[in-house]
Amino acid sequence: MRWLKGIFGELIGLFIEDGSFAVAIVVWLGLVWFVLPRVSLPPVLQGPVLFAGLLAILLESVLRAARRR
Amino acid sequence: MTSWTHIGPTVVAAFLASLVEFVEALTVVLAVGVVRGWRGALVGSGAATLTLLAIIALLGPLLTRIPLDTIQLAVGVLLLLFGMRWLRKAILRASGIIAMHDEASIFAEQEAALRQMEGSRGGLDTVAVIAAFKITMLEGIEVVFIVIALGAGGKGLLIPASLGALAALLVVVAVGAAVHRPLSRVPENTLKFVVGVLLSAFGTFWVGEGLGLTWPGEDWSIPGLIAGFLVVALIAVPIARAIRARRTGLMARDAA
Repeated sequence: MRWLKGIFGELIGLFIEDGSFAVAIVVWLGLVWFVLPRVSLPPVLQGPVLFAGLLAILLESVLRAARRR
Repeated sequence: MTSWTHIGPTVVAAFLASLVEFVEALTVVLAVGVVRGWRGALVGSGAATLTLLAIIALLGPLLTRIPLDTIQLAVGVLLLLFGMRWLRKAILRASGIIAMHDEASIFAEQEAALRQMEGSRGGLDTVAVIAAFKITMLEGIEVVFIVIALGAGGKGLLIPASLGALAALLVVVAVGAAVHRPLSRVPENTLKFVVGVLLSAFGTFWVGEGLGLTWPGEDWSIPGLIAGFLVVALIAVPIARAIRARRTGLMARDAA
């Protein structure tokens, strides 16, 4: 059974390694989902806003890891 | 109709991502084969491959029953988490913040561990079967996820994604059978860097589609997303390296 647990753990580990990084991505997606339709933003900017937030999360997480280790 | 802006990157992403996973699996299967015998190693890997094929056969038809935008959103979120995790790790490795993945040392560690384990060496060695089954399942599940995730992003993408993964399997098996050594010369971090960029770009596009957002240029925004992730990742590497060097310098000065 231990190897089954290992496989399950590995499955979760596919998506989550640094908890705060994964949470930041999910929270940003939630914000885009709920807030963006209520903001008067030109439709052509909707996708780029989602993208810009993800780039910022990636950069922040890498720089935080560089300062910490 | 699915365009080449989808099919091309799908095949490349499936091939490169699967190549990384198969190389990792090969290292352990080779160690099992060398130490415990090839029969157990091949039985274990074969059983895991059949289990993975059964998972694909089960999940594939189920996915076609779910509306495309729902699939794109669910798979896009998972692909984003998966791809951005790979990309973050590849950036941290490239900037020297975490150690590189070393197939040769993993092979040596596995070899030493397998030699110490008890178990029958005549007949079918259960240690060999379990070790080979486990690693093939672990790495194979990642390949299955990648193929299904990439394949679920649009109509007709499952076959290109499967062909990309199959090509990677054939390459790794052929090279592994020829050299009988772990493929430590494969530039694993570069591959993870590229795959992380591709999967993150696809994940972003599909999440946007699933949420009903507008992309400028529609499908043609995918190359733009790929370029954007690549540029930011390439910029992040020297910045992270500089932060690390400054920290190391400060710590050395404090210690002196």
